[in-house]
Amino acid sequence: MLTKSEEIYLLKKLGRQPNLLEIDMIDAEWSEHCSYKSSRKYIKSLPSRGKRVIVGPGYDAGVLDIGDDDVITVHIESHNHPSAVEPYGGAATGVGGVIRDIISMGTRPIALLDALRFSSLDKVNEASKSKWLFRNVVKGIADYGNCIGIPTVGGDIEFDDSFKDYCLVDVAAIGLGKKDQIISNHAEDGDLIVLAGNPTGKDGIRGASFASKLLDDDENRSAVQIPDPFLEKLLIEATIEATKKNCINATKDLGGGGLSCCLSELSHLVEKGFEVELSSVHTKVPDITPNEIMISESQERMMYIINKSKMSIFGEIFTKYGITYSIIGKVCGQDNLKILYDGKPLANLSCSLMVNAPLAKWKSRRPNYLDKLRTKIKLEKMGNYNDILLRLLANPNIGNKNWVYQQYDHEVGLRTVIKPGANASVIRVNDNKFVSIKLDGNSKHCYLDPYQGMLGCLSESCRNVVCTGAQPIGIIDHLQFGSPENPYIYWTFIKSIKAIIDFCKYMKIPVVGGKVSFYNETMNSPIKPSPVIGTIGLIKGQAHITNNIPNVGNKLFILGQTREELGGSEYFELIGRAEYRRVPKVNLKTDKKNRSAVLDLIENGLIDFVHDCSKGGIGTALAELAISGNIGINIDLKKIPNRCKRDDFLLFSETHSRFIIGSSNPDKIKRFMRNRKCSFSEIGQTDSSMSLNIHNSGKEVINLSIIELVQRYNTMNSTMDGI
Amino acid sequence: MRTGIVVFPGSNCDRDVHHVLNDVMGINAQYIWHTEESIDEYDALILPGGFSYGDRLRAGVIAAQSPIVEAIKKKAQEGLPILGICNGFQILVEAGLLPGALVKNVKLKFSCKWLKMEVLNVNTPFTNMFRLNEEITIPIAHGEGRFVICNDKIPELKRNNQIVFKYKDQNPNGSTEMIAAICNKKGNVMGLMPHPERASEPILSPNQTKSNAGLIFRSLKKFLSSYIKN
Repeated sequence: MLTKSEEIYLLKKLGRQPNLLEIDMIDAEWSEHCSYKSSRKYIKSLPSRGKRVIVGPGYDAGVLDIGDDDVITVHIESHNHPSAVEPYGGAATGVGGVIRDIISMGTRPIALLDALRFSSLDKVNEASKSKWLFRNVVKGIADYGNCIGIPTVGGDIEFDDSFKDYCLVDVAAIGLGKKDQIISNHAEDGDLIVLAGNPTGKDGIRGASFASKLLDDDENRSAVQIPDPFLEKLLIEATIEATKKNCINATKDLGGGGLSCCLSELSHLVEKGFEVELSSVHTKVPDITPNEIMISESQERMMYIINKSKMSIFGEIFTKYGITYSIIGKVCGQDNLKILYDGKPLANLSCSLMVNAPLAKWKSRRPNYLDKLRTKIKLEKMGNYNDILLRLLANPNIGNKNWVYQQYDHEVGLRTVIKPGANASVIRVNDNKFVSIKLDGNSKHCYLDPYQGMLGCLSESCRNVVCTGAQPIGIIDHLQFGSPENPYIYWTFIKSIKAIIDFCKYMKIPVVGGKVSFYNETMNSPIKPSPVIGTIGLIKGQAHITNNIPNVGNKLFILGQTREELGGSEYFELIGRAEYRRVPKVNLKTDKKNRSAVLDLIENGLIDFVHDCSKGGIGTALAELAISGNIGINIDLKKIPNRCKRDDFLLFSETHSRFIIGSSNPDKIKRFMRNRKCSFSEIGQTDSSMSLNIHNSGKEVINLSIIELVQRYNTMNSTMDGI
Repeated sequence: MRTGIVVFPGSNCDRDVHHVLNDVMGINAQYIWHTEESIDEYDALILPGGFSYGDRLRAGVIAAQSPIVEAIKKKAQEGLPILGICNGFQILVEAGLLPGALVKNVKLKFSCKWLKMEVLNVNTPFTNMFRLNEEITIPIAHGEGRFVICNDKIPELKRNNQIVFKYKDQNPNGSTEMIAAICNKKGNVMGLMPHPERASEPILSPNQTKSNAGLIFRSLKKFLSSYIKN
């Protein structure tokens, strides 16, 4: 619903009373979901330029030049509200929406990734709903992605109780195309406006407005759309074929706000006016009203602007695929969106008025809970570190997520070189060029320190991509918060944006796409600030692709110093102290230096494997290595450069900018690192013991067989399949 | 020597098979859109994986009613090598070219992972380069891949050597007798749930290890070369 001040603004700009249809159209376009009215002011200052950026944020998808006329497109979207009330359909249609953004650019989608957030699976009272959401979200993504034949190659999954009765479902997609095939989005008077795909129905009415307020008890299932991946697959093929035949002048998918938002944004994009006859729209039911046609969010629909002379070719292609389409209007004049029904004018609005909602002004204030961090607490000594490590491995934030990834066809398309579950996923572009991508987030850190937490997400995501041998070339961000009307929450949002700006400017990595999602709240409480970062990296050749699998005869090294940074760590969460002490702090200079050292080592062929150190610290990173290599590992804690008073802090601190490196060339690697001014040290080796053995000055700290590690690491499988 | 890849609306491994045949195996392969009537110029046919018609009603059942399937049946009788992979297998079963049925996996979940299978019949156009009982590492990716057949038909399948591949060590979907692939009595039509096209390039195998699954296509190439010569 429009606010009082928005109504006044509208009246003044329009110079007349808007009619009911016009109010519905404005309401959809001025919803937070479509207008970014609470965030636009801030996201405008994100660094988005770079030599590879052909199209930056603001369009359906960002476009990056990866050389030899190849481009990749990338975009991220969420479908949180719909997934929280109808997880299967909500998650599935989320996949559909982001895919259409990729084809809107004239590129073929080649990979999907998801970042998912749920409340914990083991709390007795909440577990059943959380599991229900988790199971159905994963099934929704799987059924949709598998059917359209686009591999879901990875992502990030986090469980935290701030997502009680709720969930976050973020989907990122990557497309591949040729530079000269990118749809340029232009239009001339007389061009035809064509709506193709699903008939417009009464599903998803007011979905954008639904997503722009708090989720209440009266769960609005009619605002969730119905997925049809088969039709989406046909739309992909037909759009790509029409693009190759140069049929399409401009195109846009129909998402939040339906026809209303699509028409206003598209006309604004091509800087032309549109005249649209609603009785020409093909609909699911005869009794649908013009208002419902304008704001319905029926899925699998695309809008195209076609030159009259190309219409017959366009028609042939869409008929071949059996896709219904209607010519619903024509391009004429400037800036005006005229809506007619049976020739009778129903609405007449300026597009620039529609797409420029008045900015919302919210107060921001530092939240009080942050003071709690300053409380000094005494942490009792923990006895059995074997037990702690096993419990951390069983934690679904850390453990094996094959239960999820095996439900996704992650290999269709013959591009998936490094498969889900490793540091980052690697996708083949051609035999000499590979793209690496990873999504990362950490709501526990972002809650305790939105600025450092956000820097940490950026650092971790870049680190993961670097671990595969890739140079980061672009970043996508998805900023998810509670209500911006709450000054404490708005403060965390502003801090997060500041962190992205600082990081990306320092690292010279452009932000190429993103999304802001507010109002992620249920009746219980708002979610923790939950930004998700995706980093896209480029690998120059097959020889540089690096994995995280140790081998016989590897010496192990650590790059980066470990500090006592356990605020918001999985270890402190485990012992009930999550909300105390400081979260890991990112030193931008060290972060950059360590990353480029790793890339140099890879490019000089000195590394056998490299693994990122993050959630669960060195302890879980080493356990993961022993598991992935199915090999014994022996480590001397004393050799790890650190500033920790206790062994458990050293083992489980989540300090950023650290890498565990394996090499069969220890002398060369030491020589190579000598003048780098990095904190770097040899800490142990692989062996034939089939166990993880960590000691400090001869005293055993951890001694666990790989069988035990694997068993606990695979806990999610039994949790989810056991019922 | 030309191989046709039959593409239905919703097929999604068509481009993968096309790439592997043409670029990796050196087999000339072309797409055949499901509405084409003449398929006389092809020496072999492959029905690739995917979700033809969105797997509506039951995987493969709608595609099996296409006019092109009538032409495929005729070619099957003539002895043309015909390979159905995943959804292609489901279509061949629904079309009655292969016995049994493919139903939902026992765990009711889609499953995408690498596993092992072994060869039981090396006398088909798709297996002539394998050793008997050779072990093959290959991925599966299906939700409806559980092969079932009446118990009393199993002895016949075995007698005719129609079980071409069996899963090894684990049964990923609950298939009868761990069956991963079967052929018709003549051996010229084979359906296979796992995806050999995904295991034909070392870079795509886990840890970049070499898989011998590509021998399925190499066997076809060998068969076609000798067949054309005669």
